[in-house]
Amino acid sequence: MVPFAGWEMPIQYTGIVDEHQAVRTAAGIFDVSHMGELELRGEHAAAVVDYLVTNDASKLVDGQAMYTCACNEKGTILDDLIVYRAAQDRWLVVCNASNREKMVAHFAKAAKDHCEFFDRSDETALVALQGPKAFDVLDKAGGDAAKLRELKSFHFRDAVICNVRCTVARTGYTGEDGVEIFCPWNDAPALWDQLLELGAPLGLKPAGLGARDTLRLEARLSLYGNDIDETTNPIEAGLGWVVKLDKASPFIGKEALAAIKAAPLPRKLVGFEVTGRGIARHGYPLRDMDGKEVGVCTSGGPGPTVGKNIGLGYLPAEMTAVGTKFLVDCRGKNVEAVVVKTPFYKRS
Amino acid sequence: MEFPAGLKYTKDHEWAKVDGNRITVGITAFAVEQLGDITLVNIDVKVGDELTAGKAFGTIESVKTLSDLFAPVSGKVVEVNKDLDGKPELVNEDPYGKAWMIVIETSDPNAAAQLLDEKSYAEHVQASSH
Repeated sequence: MVPFAGWEMPIQYTGIVDEHQAVRTAAGIFDVSHMGELELRGEHAAAVVDYLVTNDASKLVDGQAMYTCACNEKGTILDDLIVYRAAQDRWLVVCNASNREKMVAHFAKAAKDHCEFFDRSDETALVALQGPKAFDVLDKAGGDAAKLRELKSFHFRDAVICNVRCTVARTGYTGEDGVEIFCPWNDAPALWDQLLELGAPLGLKPAGLGARDTLRLEARLSLYGNDIDETTNPIEAGLGWVVKLDKASPFIGKEALAAIKAAPLPRKLVGFEVTGRGIARHGYPLRDMDGKEVGVCTSGGPGPTVGKNIGLGYLPAEMTAVGTKFLVDCRGKNVEAVVVKTPFYKRS
Repeated sequence: MEFPAGLKYTKDHEWAKVDGNRITVGITAFAVEQLGDITLVNIDVKVGDELTAGKAFGTIESVKTLSDLFAPVSGKVVEVNKDLDGKPELVNEDPYGKAWMIVIETSDPNAAAQLLDEKSYAEHVQASSH
């Protein structure tokens, strides 16, 4: 167990690689209750959400969710979020645990005098069930759980799983198909135990933070605090697709992001493979082939499924073409790496 | 967890097998458990290099982290285990056997005397895991 944003979190249960493979080939179950859940209610809740996020929340229908950034006035990233539209006047926003206080304050401030705002984080547990067998596990979970196969990607609905009332979203952070299940915190242990018991014969394993990190890295999903933070903007981070400058609603950071998009980007987040003997880690300097420091590695490690040592990092725009060689400074040892296409892993 | 009798140990979780003036070095089962799946062993010294006790002779990386490898005694490197280059998983499978890392030849007959025996090492592990 390790401390993480005020939570005691398991890094691993049976071993990172073992858990990683279980998620890729069968299924894994993750306790991600540390994530923050914010609720907005009222006639103007939709407008408040749309004002705070870069993606176009007005495009959502009831029961649909979307990935987005929330930026500050400078256009840098306060947090990356998933926003869920339960109804026009009822919204759920899931934020990173490490940003909970900041985002609670941010949302509460914007909601003031416009809509109701609740921090539901303490009362809400979140369990992710991910992998090609995730729905086979749900088939055994009774109630209407079997019908969850019909959920479309980034859609959610209420369901009863193992006699627990929950909200199930077809989302995840592993690059695999699967669901994320919200339930009252005191129902979570029973839900966890029952799913694990039902799923074990199918190869379901509990998975920790370690596997979550290797899985999301292979799928090139950004990690807040590593790849993105308040010094990075969504455009250079490769998240331009969640910035909708032409959406109807004004939003925080719009002017700055428009200016960033209009000018050539000085640097970009790219994926790379370490071709020499070494493993890139968060914070290692990136150098050009002459040894000059030109960027930084934001995430890195072995990719158990791709079978290579991979990473993400910011490089000057002129060095971001696929095939460009550079060096990773692994604690004083320069190890060769090459820019590659991402995601490193895509499920077939 | 197994800490074989007859080996000597360091507080940095290396083991040392003393055979006359030749000392074989590896890492303990406790270190392996802490690191998890080993993915890379980098031994930065070559045969003939002089090593100082307590100084790093390489690094070991797992999926989650990186750790230095420290020389338990001073002396000259006389063998390096090349098998670990291509098979870092040997460290997980056989930490006290096939995953030996280097052999140091020491001129000091008491070089290993300062090191811990299996009982003191087990106590050290107990204390550091709480």
